[in-house]
Amino acid sequence: MIQTKDLKFSFNEKTTFSFPDLHNEASQTLLITGNSGKGKTTLLHLLGGLLRPDSGSISIQDTTISSLSEKELDQFRGKNIGLVLQQSHFVASLNVLENVVLASWLSNGEKATEKAKSLLVALDLEDQIYKLPSKLSIGQQQRVSIARALINEPKLLLADEPTSSLDDENAAKVADLLQKLSKEHKASLIIVTHDQRLKDTFSNHINLN
Amino acid sequence: MIGKLAWKNLWFKPLNTVLSLVLLTASVAIISLLILLQEQFEKQFSSNIDGVDLVIGAQGSPLQLILSAVYQVDAPTGNISYKEAQVWMNHPFVETAIPLAFGDNYRGFRIVGTTPDYLEKYTAKVETGKIFEKDFEVVVGSEIAKKLNLKVGDTFFGTHGDSQEGDVHEDFPYVVTGIASPTGKVVDNLILSTVESVWAVHGDHGHDHEGHVHDENCNHDHDEVDENPAHGEEGHVHEEGDEHDHEEENEITAVLIKFKSKMGIISWPRMIAQNTKMQAALPAIEINRLFSLFGFGLQALEYLAYGIMLISGISIFIALYNRLKERKYEFALMRVSGASRIQLLVLVLFESLLLCIVGFLFGTIVGRLALWIISSTTDEQFKMAFDPFIILWEKEGILFLVTIFVGILAALLPAIKAYTLNISKTLSNA
Repeated sequence: MIQTKDLKFSFNEKTTFSFPDLHNEASQTLLITGNSGKGKTTLLHLLGGLLRPDSGSISIQDTTISSLSEKELDQFRGKNIGLVLQQSHFVASLNVLENVVLASWLSNGEKATEKAKSLLVALDLEDQIYKLPSKLSIGQQQRVSIARALINEPKLLLADEPTSSLDDENAAKVADLLQKLSKEHKASLIIVTHDQRLKDTFSNHINLN
Repeated sequence: MIGKLAWKNLWFKPLNTVLSLVLLTASVAIISLLILLQEQFEKQFSSNIDGVDLVIGAQGSPLQLILSAVYQVDAPTGNISYKEAQVWMNHPFVETAIPLAFGDNYRGFRIVGTTPDYLEKYTAKVETGKIFEKDFEVVVGSEIAKKLNLKVGDTFFGTHGDSQEGDVHEDFPYVVTGIASPTGKVVDNLILSTVESVWAVHGDHGHDHEGHVHDENCNHDHDEVDENPAHGEEGHVHEEGDEHDHEEENEITAVLIKFKSKMGIISWPRMIAQNTKMQAALPAIEINRLFSLFGFGLQALEYLAYGIMLISGISIFIALYNRLKERKYEFALMRVSGASRIQLLVLVLFESLLLCIVGFLFGTIVGRLALWIISSTTDEQFKMAFDPFIILWEKEGILFLVTIFVGILAALLPAIKAYTLNISKTLSNA
C-alpha cells in the first residue's frame, strides 16, 4: 500500500535526515515514534506530499508521488491522503459542517454534505455541526479534523501527534477511533508521535533514532 | 464554494469589511453622481442653445441674459424696444429671429410671448390641439400639462412676475389651445402665447407705464385695467403719454437670433453694443464660461473621490494582509485537503473583487439617490430635472473597471503570498 525507499531530506547542511524504509498495508496501523528533532513531522510531511524528498521514493498504491507535478500532487493529496495534525486548524469563518464539506469539495468538486453529517454524528459531534470550530473544545476539534481527514475516504491516513494535547481519556478515545475508522475505511494509518501512551495501543511501530 | 468561502470570510471580520465598503461606496457614489450630473447638465445646456447663435436683450450681464432668455432660469436683464429690435430681426444676415416677452407665470411656470418659431426651434410640435393664434391662446409645454393636468380648452389666470405669489391678472383668462410634444428641453416647462397677449395683459391703457412688460420689481396697480377693458390691441398707442420724451413703444425681453451668414456672430456684438442701448450675447461663449467656472469645482470633487477610492484600496489591502497572518494555517490546510495554489490565489482575489463589486453597486445606487434628491430641488427651483435612471455605459464602465483594478491591486500581494505559501513550514511551525 505505502512503501518508502531510501528517503533522505535536509533542511540545511547540518540537519539532514535519513529515514528507514517503511511499509504499511491497508487497514493496518504503523506507529512511528522518536524524540523531538528526529524528523518525525518531516517524515510525515514527506509521506503526505507536503515536502519533496532530496532522494529516495515514496509510492502510495501504484503512484510514485515524488514524480508528480505540483498540481497533480495537490489533487492526489486531496483524493488519497487524510491528514490529522497535532493542532487542529480550520477555516475560521466556516462552521464545523462547512469545514468538513469544504475538504470534499476541494478534492473532487462535490459537496458531500450528508456524508459529512453522518461522519460527524458518528464522531459524537451531532450538537456541534453548526458551530464555529473556535467554539469547540480541543478534543472536539481533534475529532472534527478526523472527520475532515476521512471525508474523502483516503487510502492513507496520516496523523501527527494526534493525542499529545489531549488528556488520557481523550487520548485513548482518539487512538481507538483512528484505528477503528481506518479499518472501517480500509485506510492505511500512520501515526507519528512521542506520546508513550500510544505504544500500548499499537503493536506495529518504528522508532526513529 | 470559493464564492461562499470568500463571502463568509468577508463577514468574519465585519468591521474591516464595512470600513472598506463604506469608503468604496462613498468614492463610487461621488464619482457616479458627478458623471451623471455633468453629462446631463451639459447635455441640457447644449441642447437648448441649438439654433441660437446670438441673443439680443437689454444691457447687463451677458450670462444673465443667456440664462434668462435661453434657459429661463435667471431674471431677465430688462426690456428692449420692439421697434429697435426689429431693425436687427429683419436684417438680411438673419435666418430666424424669435422674439420673447416675459411677464407672467402660472403657478411658477413662465408664460412667454413668442412666435410659433420658438416651438420649431426646439423641434416641438403641437401634439394635441392647435398653435396659439389669437391673444390669450396658449400652447402648454408637455411637462406642465402633465404636472398641472392641463387639457385643451382649460382656462387659467396668469400671475405677474416670476414668483407664484404675485398679483393675479384676473381679467385676462388664458385658454389652452394646444399641448406641445415633449422635447426634454426648456420648452417643456413653458407656457407659450403670442407676444401681443403679453402686451395686452401689461398694456397700460392710458397710463404712463412703459417698461412694464417686464419690470419684475415694480408694484403695478392692475385695478386700473378695469377702467379700460378694451385691451389686447398690439401697438396700443399711448394717448396720454405727453410726459414721455419718446414715443410709447411696445417692449419685449429678448430676441433669439439664428444667422444665415455666420458673419453676424463676430460683428454683431460690437455693432449692437456701440449703436444701441441693447446688448448681444453669444450663448456658446457664455455657457463655455459657465462650464469652465464650475468645471474647476467638479474636477476637484472628482480628484477627492478618486483619493477616497485609493484609501479604500489601501484599507482592503491592509485588511487582507493582516488576515493573511491568521489565515495562513487555514490556507495550508486547504492545500492539504487538495486545494491548488491557483485556488488560493483566486480566493484572495475574489474576496477583494467581491468587496469592490458590492461597493460599486452600492455606490451607483447611492449616487443615483443623491442625484434624485438634487433633481427634485433643481426641478422645483430651476425647472431642470435630472434622470437618475440613465446609465452612461461608457463612463460608468470605466469607473467600474477602475474599481475592479483597485480591487486587484489591493489583493495582488496577499494573493501572491497565499499562492507561494510553504505548507510544510506553516504546519510544522504550528
